[in-house]
Amino acid sequence: MTDPVLSVENLCTHFFTRAGVVKAVDGVSFDLARGEIMGLVGESGSGKTVTGFSLLGLVDPPGRIVRGSVRLAGTELTTLPDARLRALRGREISMIFQDPIATLNPMLTIGQQMKLAIDAHERLSRRAATARSTELLTQVGIPSAAARLRAYPHEFSGGMRQRVAIAIALLHRPAVIVADEPTTALDVSIQAQILLQMRDLARETGTAMIWISHDLAVVSSLASKLAVMYAGRIVEQGPTATLLRDPRHPYTAGLIASLPAMTKPGTPLTQIRGTTPSLLSLPPGCPFAPRCGKTTDRCREEPALTEENGRGWRCFHPEGSNQEVPA
Amino acid sequence: MLGFVIQRFIQAVGVMAVMSVIVFCGVYAIGNPIDIVIPPEATQDIREDAIRRLGLDQPLYRQYFIFMSNLLQGDLGRSFVYNIPVLDLIGGRLPATLELVLISVISATFIGVTLGIYAGYRPESWLARTIMAVSVLGFSVPSFWVGLILILTFAVNLGWLPAGGRGDTVMIAGIEWSFPTLNGLSHILLPAINLALFKLAMMIRLARAGTREIMLTDTIKFARAAGLSEATILRRHLLKLISIPIITVFGLELGSTLAFAVVTETIFSWPGVGKLIIDSIAVLDRPVMVAYLILVAFLFVTINFVIDLVFALIDPRVRNGVSA
Amino acid sequence: MNDASTPLRRFWAEFRENRIAVVALAVVVLMILLAIFASLVSPQNPYDLANLSLMDSRRPPGFVGSGGYTHLLGTDPQGRDLLSAIFYGLRISIQIGLAAGFVSLTIGTALGILAAYKGGRIEALVMRLVDLQLSFPAILLALVIVALLGQGKVQLIGALVAAQYAYFARTAYGAAKAERGKDYIEAALATPLSARLVVMRHLLPNCTPPLIVVATVQIANSISLEATLSFLGLGLPVTEPSLGMLISNGFPYMMSGRYWISVYPGVALIILIVAINIVGDQVRDQFNPRLRK
Repeated sequence: MTDPVLSVENLCTHFFTRAGVVKAVDGVSFDLARGEIMGLVGESGSGKTVTGFSLLGLVDPPGRIVRGSVRLAGTELTTLPDARLRALRGREISMIFQDPIATLNPMLTIGQQMKLAIDAHERLSRRAATARSTELLTQVGIPSAAARLRAYPHEFSGGMRQRVAIAIALLHRPAVIVADEPTTALDVSIQAQILLQMRDLARETGTAMIWISHDLAVVSSLASKLAVMYAGRIVEQGPTATLLRDPRHPYTAGLIASLPAMTKPGTPLTQIRGTTPSLLSLPPGCPFAPRCGKTTDRCREEPALTEENGRGWRCFHPEGSNQEVPA
Repeated sequence: MLGFVIQRFIQAVGVMAVMSVIVFCGVYAIGNPIDIVIPPEATQDIREDAIRRLGLDQPLYRQYFIFMSNLLQGDLGRSFVYNIPVLDLIGGRLPATLELVLISVISATFIGVTLGIYAGYRPESWLARTIMAVSVLGFSVPSFWVGLILILTFAVNLGWLPAGGRGDTVMIAGIEWSFPTLNGLSHILLPAINLALFKLAMMIRLARAGTREIMLTDTIKFARAAGLSEATILRRHLLKLISIPIITVFGLELGSTLAFAVVTETIFSWPGVGKLIIDSIAVLDRPVMVAYLILVAFLFVTINFVIDLVFALIDPRVRNGVSA
Repeated sequence: MNDASTPLRRFWAEFRENRIAVVALAVVVLMILLAIFASLVSPQNPYDLANLSLMDSRRPPGFVGSGGYTHLLGTDPQGRDLLSAIFYGLRISIQIGLAAGFVSLTIGTALGILAAYKGGRIEALVMRLVDLQLSFPAILLALVIVALLGQGKVQLIGALVAAQYAYFARTAYGAAKAERGKDYIEAALATPLSARLVVMRHLLPNCTPPLIVVATVQIANSISLEATLSFLGLGLPVTEPSLGMLISNGFPYMMSGRYWISVYPGVALIILIVAINIVGDQVRDQFNPRLRK
């Protein structure tokens, strides 16, 4: 593996609420190579989105990054002063969100919003800014882009709005884009279009992407690498194909088993019993233990990371290989 | 857009018509005004003559039609007490009230929105807490009490400012104004503060609540993710998004401040329409009461109409007929 | 979080964290007690003419009157002990505020839920009326009604109700409408469940939290509005002086430096209103799910 463009190590983001400390992200580590697409999968509440916000330094109080490191092209982001972090956001690392209706400002035209995003990092003449905006809108597949710059968000469909948001995120050709379920709120057909387009754009521009989703099926068609999150930590990660074929963590196995495409037609889908644990009152040890079929006394300790052939997992009783982690 | 304007205009006229009936019926049900204009020892002839002259012998609906047709010709009747046309009476008093109200509401809005945005942007800071504490006071302390304390402090104890009256005025465009002269300004200062305080508290709360809500939205998160500076986010995004509730309330408050001027004008002996209406209620001077209420209703409807138009101009969703 | 406790106890536990709100609540309770037991705690019955002497009128705080006791807050133009007058005035102000508040609450809630539940023409009519009234300043409305109906306790409460029921109607309507639109209500209505049950079990409980908030604010507003009307000479008759009228009585003497006649009743009024508002603020914050983290 060449030098990663983004390197996250032992990232911990906690929320200090009245009811107690919520460890939304608790010891997340991964590397992202230039141009690589990584899928970050997990149930809602598993800390995927907070991980995304942490990368950009956009965690709102009462949350804050308490430990760990985020290195973007060699620059440590967690200790960077606000002004310098701001200068990197949108330029080197940007983010798109789930709900395109909520992300764009209804009171400003698309052109004005793109101009604001350009002005944040570059001094361009009005004409040059318009040219750049038009070019990007065209790239993300918006017809008659030049005319659409004068339109307001409500004049676009949901899918088109998301394309506009993607265009804004791509304005400065960032090295990394964090995409937080950007297609979840859209129709399935449009979802597929945007998915493919994003993959092509990432390929053309060499932008690396973290695709956050609760939908393993969507992510696996796109990402070359997967990270499975549970209760604020990554419980398993590795190349997509390997993980799908041969999952080690029982949670990953459960996710795969619940995919319709992985099951013979006519047989009932399996489901993971129980619900996501509250991050407020997490017992020590493996967070998945209460829902896992293989739980033993050992699981009361936190399993360490086991690494093998470019993949890793955190479990004492991994699936498949029948090999127990030696005590 | 034109359809929208016409629709709103018809609505405004309709509301106006309903209001005129309500006000007319309501006010004409009070007591018998003839006892006030005619001395009790007057003869029956003089009495009946006066009743005829004032049109009080007509049935109520006739009185309303006379009233309406006169109203449309700009004739609102004569004051029972002053025996001059009501329109002249009110017209002479209105500029004083308008001057007071405009100065109060405009300054309250600018100061209040600024403070409120700050308090909403940094809700945990001590300054924000102080602003909010002051606004709770401004919100809950009755305005007549504030007026009293202002007089006690600045007029009675310190002797810095006059306790009442309008002071020196200057004629501009045929209307007298207090604010251009130093003496006039010193007279308007206390009543303006008195009248503005409640609005100020309201604007602070409104701007703070709006700011807090907007700052948590994905719009702001997305703008931050695009690397916009906080100053730009506040100036371009927040201010634009917050303007809709602010303008709505500004309009509503303009109307209600006009009504609240009643209290301030009474305390500070400010010679506006508010003081006039209190005096008129006390002596049941019906034409003045009716005219004042119609006037307030008219100003209300006009302001609402203008606000609707302003909305159409600033909110693209309204402009294009999309319900927001 | 302690899940075993009742919602009320949880509410109180959270309320208790705001020390200022707790103090405010204590003040409100204390003032209500003073109002209830005014005749016991007052050094003098200010409305018993036998007790009054014009010799004692307009005396400063600390003056020892002909009754033989010290007037801690001085006396008013009729020679009444101001402290006693304040306790009695408090009683009248709180009575009016509570009465107006509860009547407005009842009428407003009924109208709001009716509009949300029935929909159609009734909804349009009721809410149009409410909106029209909300855009009209409460004080003006109250002014006209007092002028129309004359002076007296019932008239005054009527005026306050007319000026305030619309806030309750709007609030109840908003909450009930949101709930009414949910699928489960549609489902409940499709079953032979009685309409009353739907209203009582589902709509009303969902309106309760916002209504409690509006009620606290509106009771404070009623008290304040009553004081304002009394100050303008349009409130209660002179025989039942509320705090507002006590203030009004003292206003002419303020210019000559006899500040206490107006100031002390005013201080009592302010403390009462501010305390109610602080409690209301805290309750609102606790009910607002968006501010909860």
